[in-house]
Amino acid sequence: MDFVNAIILLLNYIFIPALTYGSQLALGAIFVTLIYGILRFANFATGDMMSFGTMATILFTWYFQSLGVSLGVLPTALLAIPFGIIFMILYMLIIDKFVFKYYRHQKSPPVQFAMVSIGVMFVTQAVVRIIIGPADRRFFDGEKFIIKAREFKEMTGLNEGLALKSTQVITIFVTIVLVSLLFWFLNRTKTGKSMKAYSDNEDLALLSGIDPKKIVLVTWVIAGILATIGGALYGLDKSFKPFTYFNNMLPIFAAAIVGGIGNPFGAFLGGYVIAFSEILLTYAYKKFFMYVLPASMEPEGLVQLLSTDYKFAVSFSILVIVLLYRPSGIFKGKVL
Amino acid sequence: MVGIFQSWNIALSIFNLCLISAVMTMGANIQWGYAGLINFGIMGYTALGGLAAVLISVDPVQEAWRAGGFDILMALWLIVVMVLVIRFILKRFEKSKIRTYSIAAIIISGILLIRFSAEPGIEAIEAVDPAKTGFLGGFGLPILFSWIVGALFAGGLAFIVGKVALGLRADYLAIATLLISEIVISIIKHEDWLTRGVKNVIGLKRPAPYEVDLQTTDWFINLVEKFNSGKLSVIENLADRQAALNQLVIEGSSVFVKLCYSGLFLVVVIILLILTQKALYSPWGRMMRAIRDNEEAANAMGKNVVKQHLLIFILGSAIVGIAGAMLVTQDGLFTPGSYRPMRYTFLIWVMVIVGGSGNNFGAILGGFVVWFLWIEAAPISLFLINFFTAGIPETNALKAHLIESVPYFRFLLMGLGLLFIMRYRPKGILPEKIEIK
Repeated sequence: MDFVNAIILLLNYIFIPALTYGSQLALGAIFVTLIYGILRFANFATGDMMSFGTMATILFTWYFQSLGVSLGVLPTALLAIPFGIIFMILYMLIIDKFVFKYYRHQKSPPVQFAMVSIGVMFVTQAVVRIIIGPADRRFFDGEKFIIKAREFKEMTGLNEGLALKSTQVITIFVTIVLVSLLFWFLNRTKTGKSMKAYSDNEDLALLSGIDPKKIVLVTWVIAGILATIGGALYGLDKSFKPFTYFNNMLPIFAAAIVGGIGNPFGAFLGGYVIAFSEILLTYAYKKFFMYVLPASMEPEGLVQLLSTDYKFAVSFSILVIVLLYRPSGIFKGKVL
Repeated sequence: MVGIFQSWNIALSIFNLCLISAVMTMGANIQWGYAGLINFGIMGYTALGGLAAVLISVDPVQEAWRAGGFDILMALWLIVVMVLVIRFILKRFEKSKIRTYSIAAIIISGILLIRFSAEPGIEAIEAVDPAKTGFLGGFGLPILFSWIVGALFAGGLAFIVGKVALGLRADYLAIATLLISEIVISIIKHEDWLTRGVKNVIGLKRPAPYEVDLQTTDWFINLVEKFNSGKLSVIENLADRQAALNQLVIEGSSVFVKLCYSGLFLVVVIILLILTQKALYSPWGRMMRAIRDNEEAANAMGKNVVKQHLLIFILGSAIVGIAGAMLVTQDGLFTPGSYRPMRYTFLIWVMVIVGGSGNNFGAILGGFVVWFLWIEAAPISLFLINFFTAGIPETNALKAHLIESVPYFRFLLMGLGLLFIMRYRPKGILPEKIEIK
């Protein structure tokens, strides 16, 4: 029985949160990796673009709520996401037209692109803060829990409860659907294949008649979908605050590089690698050992490898180690 | 200008921060303009400079040393041993899988060992009067020393970072340095025994006199009287005159203190400017430009590219470290929580790009212009909003919302400024000028 308790404990505090957080990171990381692979620059405006998409979603959520439209047990935000995506894509295309296009035609070095994306980051941050303000906002409604910790205890008679938030289930489900659709698109359709070809060798792709304008357009559309959904899921699960989104850019970058930049599948797994290592290394295992070990061997301290303050530092250290030993990432992206 | 419109006090504090920003920008400019190295870790070096100011100037906390000093020293000693062992293994054995794994095992077990051995010491130190101290304190030396020590700290970190990350391509170097600086900040924030963490260190010693002391010093009061004799002689009543004088003395004292800081900072800026100008036009500067413009050719000419990159990375970071120590010196307090990448990394980069990379005067100009705009953006945009919405009544929701979000227009201004400069004047306001004699 103790053993089952220990498993439930780990599921509740490590596995499910990490899987949720990992999914959110994975969507962002695929966004980074796509922009890097096809438009060839590190996009420092990632976090803020995600916050823009989330902001649009929130505004629509409020609008629907004021109309009295709701999805019952599901959050209204799910209905608002498609509209948020449209606004996000429009915003990205406008930025691309007025900012990035010029440098693409100039064939500027990636560093210049990165600098320009910092300008975009400042502007986007300003736009988001001017429209919705810097405050912390929750826009979740509907049923909060699928399984409550107390109900689970009563149902199974175990000591440990298992709480399953509906946002966690939605996040994981949406991520799986979205990512499978994306991989189907990239690997099976003609446009997807031409995107891959363009990413591998631009000149060859142009020679074989691939239209670069279309590729860029499709890339921004996919990026807009990923950014909005990733951002909105994070906001639903935790809360929306522009500053947190800016900070989230860092673990997202870490996930993309760990997975091998330019490689969408690597970025997807990279998100989970980062999330699991952050949570595994900063969790206090005291209770777990209390269940597993006999009473005489109970640990005194918290049995915590690193304090939770170092959560971010963990993912960055992993990144540094990966860069040192395997600069192309775990799953072989582009060689840096 | 601000001096006339707002007050000399505000004008001087903006001026001082402009000077500090100029120093930071020069540091980043050396790396980017001379050598083409992109360093997004400026925040980390600034914070280390600030940490140096704390460690140098604060008096040592004897009780804390007694409580946990031994454990901390033991932990430091363990770290040194660990590094030596790893170096020994790296030198003695050929590269192999076993070597890599054993080094990894040493590092992991070493970290665990240090963590568990230092734990009681750290807890003991943090328990010593946590409201006031709860940390080891520093060396109790004059704070001006910390400007040099800050440079050493930052240079030391840059040595490690450079060894690890300089081999990466430009945009990866940017990401890696950004993330490493975040690690540095999180260590400074959470190692309370060293830095008091988010509890902040306040009341640091000053190189300049205190306002309160000045207000009671005779020569200072006389000085203020002399400066304002015209204004004071108009007032007939003696009591009124004394009150007016007192007011002037209070104002004058804070202006005087700020002027002291300005003088100190100006000295630093001028020394650095002379040094960097000399370096730019020296054979060494030429070599750096050669490396920047064509690494392979420079390599073929027998220049050690890796070594020079590391050197310039250390030099630039050390300058940023000085600026970090100066900043804490001026504020008189150290707040690890306030180090944010927006303010301390990206804003400095805006300064570098706007001012003109590769040009030291450009860097200083960028520091001044951008910092001035950053501070004054809110008043300016408030004025503009009021100007353009003059016909709309005060109660209009849109207008109220816009006025409420005035502080965020500075981001917009910075972003647009950066984008326009990048587009229409990619070399900055003062472009790099190379005289060939």
